Amino acid sequence: MTSLLKARDQAPSVAGQRRGPKLSRLLLHGVVIVIAFIWIVPTLGLLVNSFRPAEEVSRSGWWTALFPPWDFTLANYARVIDANDLGDSFINSLFITIPATIIPVMVAAFAAYAFAWMSFPYKNAIFVAIVGLLVIPLQSTLIPVLRLLASTGIAGEFLAVWLAHTGYGLPFAIYLLRNYMGGLPKEVFESAAIDGASPATAFFRLALPMSVPVIASLAIFQFLFVWNDLLVSLIYIGPTDPENLPMTVRVASLVSSIGGQTHILTAAAFLTMILPLSVFLLLQRYFVRGITGGAVKG
Amino acid sequence: MSHGNWRKVLVLVGALAVVGAGCNTGETGKDKEVTVIGSWGDAEQDSFLAMVEPWETRTGNTVKYTGSRGLGAYLTTAVASGTLPDLAGLPGPGEMVQFAASGALKPLDDVLDMDTYRADTVPALVELGSSGGNVVGVFMKLSVKGFIWYNTANYTGERPANWDAVMAVDPSPADSLFCVALESAADSGWPGTDWIEDFVIRQSGPQVYDSWVAGTTKWTDPAIKQAFEAFGEVLEVSFGGAAYQNSTYFGDGGNELFSDPPGCKFHHQASFMSSFFKESGGAADGDYDFFVMPEINSEYAGALTGGGDLLGLFSDKAAAKDLLKYLVSAEAQQIWADRGGFVSANTKVTTYPNPVEQKSADAIHNATVFRFDGGDLMPGTMKAAFFTAMVDFAENPGNLDQILAELDTIQSTAYTPQ
Amino acid sequence: MNDLVTAAIVVFGVPAVLVGYILLTERIIGALPEQRQGAIRPWFWIAPAVAFLVVFLIYPTINTFVLSFMDAQSKSFVGLDNYLWFIQDPGTIEALRNSLLWVVFMTGGVVGLGLLIAILVDRVRYEPVAKSVIFLPLAISFVAAGIIWNFMYGYQDPSRPQTGTLNAVIGIVGLGPVRWTQEEPFNNLSLIFIGVWMWTGFAMVILSAGLKGISPELLEAARVDGATEWQVFRGIIVPLLTPTIFVVATTIVITALKSFDIVFTVTNGNFGTDVIAREMWQQMFTPPGNFGRASAVAIVLLLAIIPFMLINIRRFREQEAIR
Repeated sequence: MTSLLKARDQAPSVAGQRRGPKLSRLLLHGVVIVIAFIWIVPTLGLLVNSFRPAEEVSRSGWWTALFPPWDFTLANYARVIDANDLGDSFINSLFITIPATIIPVMVAAFAAYAFAWMSFPYKNAIFVAIVGLLVIPLQSTLIPVLRLLASTGIAGEFLAVWLAHTGYGLPFAIYLLRNYMGGLPKEVFESAAIDGASPATAFFRLALPMSVPVIASLAIFQFLFVWNDLLVSLIYIGPTDPENLPMTVRVASLVSSIGGQTHILTAAAFLTMILPLSVFLLLQRYFVRGITGGAVKG
Repeated sequence: MSHGNWRKVLVLVGALAVVGAGCNTGETGKDKEVTVIGSWGDAEQDSFLAMVEPWETRTGNTVKYTGSRGLGAYLTTAVASGTLPDLAGLPGPGEMVQFAASGALKPLDDVLDMDTYRADTVPALVELGSSGGNVVGVFMKLSVKGFIWYNTANYTGERPANWDAVMAVDPSPADSLFCVALESAADSGWPGTDWIEDFVIRQSGPQVYDSWVAGTTKWTDPAIKQAFEAFGEVLEVSFGGAAYQNSTYFGDGGNELFSDPPGCKFHHQASFMSSFFKESGGAADGDYDFFVMPEINSEYAGALTGGGDLLGLFSDKAAAKDLLKYLVSAEAQQIWADRGGFVSANTKVTTYPNPVEQKSADAIHNATVFRFDGGDLMPGTMKAAFFTAMVDFAENPGNLDQILAELDTIQSTAYTPQ
Repeated sequence: MNDLVTAAIVVFGVPAVLVGYILLTERIIGALPEQRQGAIRPWFWIAPAVAFLVVFLIYPTINTFVLSFMDAQSKSFVGLDNYLWFIQDPGTIEALRNSLLWVVFMTGGVVGLGLLIAILVDRVRYEPVAKSVIFLPLAISFVAAGIIWNFMYGYQDPSRPQTGTLNAVIGIVGLGPVRWTQEEPFNNLSLIFIGVWMWTGFAMVILSAGLKGISPELLEAARVDGATEWQVFRGIIVPLLTPTIFVVATTIVITALKSFDIVFTVTNGNFGTDVIAREMWQQMFTPPGNFGRASAVAIVLLLAIIPFMLINIRRFREQEAIR
């Protein structure tokens, strides 16, 4: 709040320096469009090349395809769609991704709420230790965890991947949610407590609804991470239960052992991207102002 | 919370328990299933499945195949944690020996009909699949190294009598004599290692080759240095210099044979390269041909190097053993050979659908000396350093002594079990 | 059909079980004497998370710590040998330097651009479109990202048409071609830019969510009082967004430290681009794997983030003190 007052105090003295709204609007649009252009060019190149024959791709740049004579083909997409069991592996990917997104987000929300609004001994130390776990390279957990999963008999099942992705996703999820929930206005919780609401009620009725934008962003990241994962599934589900393997593993096997065939991978990349992108567009309506009920952070 | 809500929660907990139980069905069928992981994808995967189909029909068992490139990370984890499929493709003979030593790989001497196996298989490959006196790996899909590919429009096709005659060929109408392309993502440099191996075996023969691969002959040894120097001469007459060589994906390495004007006359690469000529070079059958890299020292004429995909057994399941026995048979091997893109280690497989595979099989079966890809035989760390050294050498040929000295340093520890 | 039923049970059952857990524990806590409830409750709320973390991260970390003092195949104790190897290996200095470059430039690029974009798109009507464009790279699988950057950074011999976008562009004005990922001084920055391209959407989404949490009345009030946009940004937006910026920056620092896949697939650490995390991957997965050395590198990474964690502790103390 102090910073706001400071800004107000300083404001009048430099009011005259304010630039014309028209020019600054132009500058605003210019910067947004330039960055967006730079960001989309690589993906655009990939999209164009996914419709070109392989030999053309290695001979000329993707932009040449935009000018006549046009030489586009659907063969790359046909090859991916015709692959055996692609539909099954798509269902598997969904089956892996949805619970592996819901579980960590909910488990993290409970913990984040406790870290933000309850007091208990060693709270900050425990919390920072959890955030520190972010740095643990996934690779170094594979062998001990696989041993554990195999000894309990769940290696190869979807359950193994749900649990593993939950574990791997939690440090970031807790970190992000605790930060956001910690910034919610204290008065809201205090008045709820005075009205006799239990912490569970305050969590479900106040904290969760007010955190919707951040939960939506967390959900999309966890979804993407799991959706695009190959290593965790390949190792914890593994070849012993190939009927449970996700689409990433199936797509990777569209390439022969010698390599090459990037034209097939480009087409596959767009097909696998459709769903996460739709999820993002769908969740965008939660990224709007006002949903927090006018909460002011800080 | 009302009692009604309580009941709902309990019902859902129960439902979840049912789901958990549902995940564990089907255990009884496991004896009839054989799980296989390999690096074969695309058409290779289809061919492998076609190969096992008659066996499935006959025995009533099913094969569950997972294809994935870069098996290193998977197998390292799987072996270390003891959670393994029944059969698995192995990254190379070096790794095979290490997995056999750790006890993960099962010996095949009582699985295969050894008399038939020995009689039907290229002897060098039986030897390579052995560790500690037992056969532990079988070769499925071979490739021959050291083919000199050319565009039939730019070269008459006669095989020069020796290496000097190759180097003396007039590059025209091409810009340069050779194309060298070393880029291959995390394996960048490997096409250069094939060159070195082909020089070592032709200049200094199999004894030096074996002791070098085994870590006895040093990299700074004149015999090995000589091979690097010969490759250095090739690089000097190669298209585009270090910039092109280190930037170009190996699969695109043959494209310059077919461009207009052609960038190079010859391209040194393994037998599988023809699929890339068609895929990215825009060539058709008949546009290209090859001769096997000629001799350097006449004493070692007819020496050949090659590579191949190894398969190993990781379980004691009867069905898995039976499958492996079937896979090495001429009957099974012929199925994949007929579908193309396959050179068999089984000498009883005699017919191939196209001339490249036919000539490759003949070359292996007739070679006076056959040696496996040296890099693949070295321990993992030595192999990785060898790959990197080729990238460094193409970039700075003048640093040869330093590059070889560094390889010696790695050699001194890579072979001793730590 | 069976699958669909199972799917429905899982999708609705899993959240129900988790909600049920909280309601159940609240009931248990409710039975306790009033004054003990506050001390017991938090442990129940963090218990599920802690259980997951113990199994999937803490236990493996302890395991890694132990293995870092053992030999390649974890058979015998070797003391500090693996750490000595790391310190003495000639490649370590270069890898450390590059990892530092990654941390500095990737964090700076991602947080700076993410913040800029989050603030700018907040003022345009086509915000959803612009955000989707920046977000796009996050949705692309890693394999495809490798291919994409081949199209961008690709190099062809000067005598041939350039198929790489950047070289084609600079070729228009007669420059290049440049080997972007191999030549000094472009190589490391080219690789880091791939990371920035991939992760800026991440920072943008989180910072944008934080921005939406700032009351519009507050900003309007300042503008009415005559504050310039820069003053609104410096005086209101940045202070209120600082905790979120901090979360994003910490996450990206750690991501940059762990990032090995870009270097692994584009240069494999050649041409002076090696990073510590790639070194770890190589030790781990070059069969049969040197688990001792790989673990030692993992522990070094863990130690490297301690300073960031200490700053985090301080920040959270401050946040609690002011509210």
